[in-house]
Amino acid sequence: MTNHPAPLLAARDLVKTHGRTPALRGAHLELAAGEIVAVTGPSGSGKSTLLHCLAGIVRPDEGSVTYGGERVDRLPERRLSELRRTEFGVVFQFGQLIPELTALDNVALPLMLAGTARGAAQESAAEWLARFGASEQGRLRPGELSGGQAQRVALARALATGPRVVFADEPTGALDSLAGEQVMAALVRAARTSGTSVLVVTHDAQVAAYADREVRLRDGATAGLEVGA
Amino acid sequence: MSTRHILLGLLAGGPSHGYDLKRRHDDHFPQARPLAYGQVYTTLQRLVRDGLAEVAGTDADGGPERTLYRLTEAGSRAVTDWSGQVTPPAPFVTNEIFAKVVVAILTGGDPAAHLLAQRAAHLARMRELTALKTDPDAPTAAVLAADYAVHHLDADLRWMTTTQARLTTLTAQTAEVHRA
Repeated sequence: MTNHPAPLLAARDLVKTHGRTPALRGAHLELAAGEIVAVTGPSGSGKSTLLHCLAGIVRPDEGSVTYGGERVDRLPERRLSELRRTEFGVVFQFGQLIPELTALDNVALPLMLAGTARGAAQESAAEWLARFGASEQGRLRPGELSGGQAQRVALARALATGPRVVFADEPTGALDSLAGEQVMAALVRAARTSGTSVLVVTHDAQVAAYADREVRLRDGATAGLEVGA
Repeated sequence: MSTRHILLGLLAGGPSHGYDLKRRHDDHFPQARPLAYGQVYTTLQRLVRDGLAEVAGTDADGGPERTLYRLTEAGSRAVTDWSGQVTPPAPFVTNEIFAKVVVAILTGGDPAAHLLAQRAAHLARMRELTALKTDPDAPTAAVLAADYAVHHLDADLRWMTTTQARLTTLTAQTAEVHRA
């Protein structure tokens, strides 16, 4: 097990209820700089809600989320958007690429939104596509890509802005095992090279095996499920 | 696992001596229990006795003299037949983890805690194998062997997850059987 110092991102005692359904009932998680952590658990155990709270997409009802000393759960919306644009990268089960843009422009877009000029953004996007083995798909639109290709483009887009944390929610959930393996191997390689932390939510132990350690959730809680940490 | 048939399979590539067969076995089956030299020589002698292999001469190659073995026609047929036979899909459940969970229930132990600890051990092994198979320099045989092991560990983990979820019912039923 990798021994990491102070966490970059930490969730403590998180409670979140959707309507009357409790999603989180006391979840803890710490993610150190450069660390890759898998959040696993049965369906409905609160994995995605935990990811959403950590990424500042959803505010918890109780508990705290701290990122580099800032209380993410208390940040104003404007600062949250900035965090999500500059410090965090997010990948979902279905890449959620913009269908009208080519793969290259999909990757270049967040760079342009961060202020990079179009030419430089496209150049950088091309490099990121190459790192994920998707150079040949640069001119294609999402509808023309296979599931595995689309996920590699989505990962290139998530990492292109140089985030410190990438959140991946079931990133291989829609892929066959070999395509899933290629996506995970590419993600881990890129994250290790750039020192990016990764939080991957998965129900698949083979995906969890790419991470440094596992955080297990059951009924919205992590308590009593820590082994050999 | 049939060491006999694996040695016959390795001999199908041409005459070979025991040392070479042992080395090639370990290359092709990198995650297997290493084959002892003694077992290679004993098996070769039995293959010769049964007419499946024969001595093809000796090879010194600057070192000590080594006996070369080759396949006979019967040996060639035997290995083709064996590799084409469908393997019976696990007729008996004889898994140690399964046995320990049942025994833990029978003896009033804590099967849930045991499953959690076993999950951690399985995942640790899966991490090692995943690192091994995603190494860009990994030879194909190593990748195939790691894939096989990872999928089997994953099957165990799925069973453990289901068992964890069933434990309440399972404990009640086993206690009832125990009383009857």
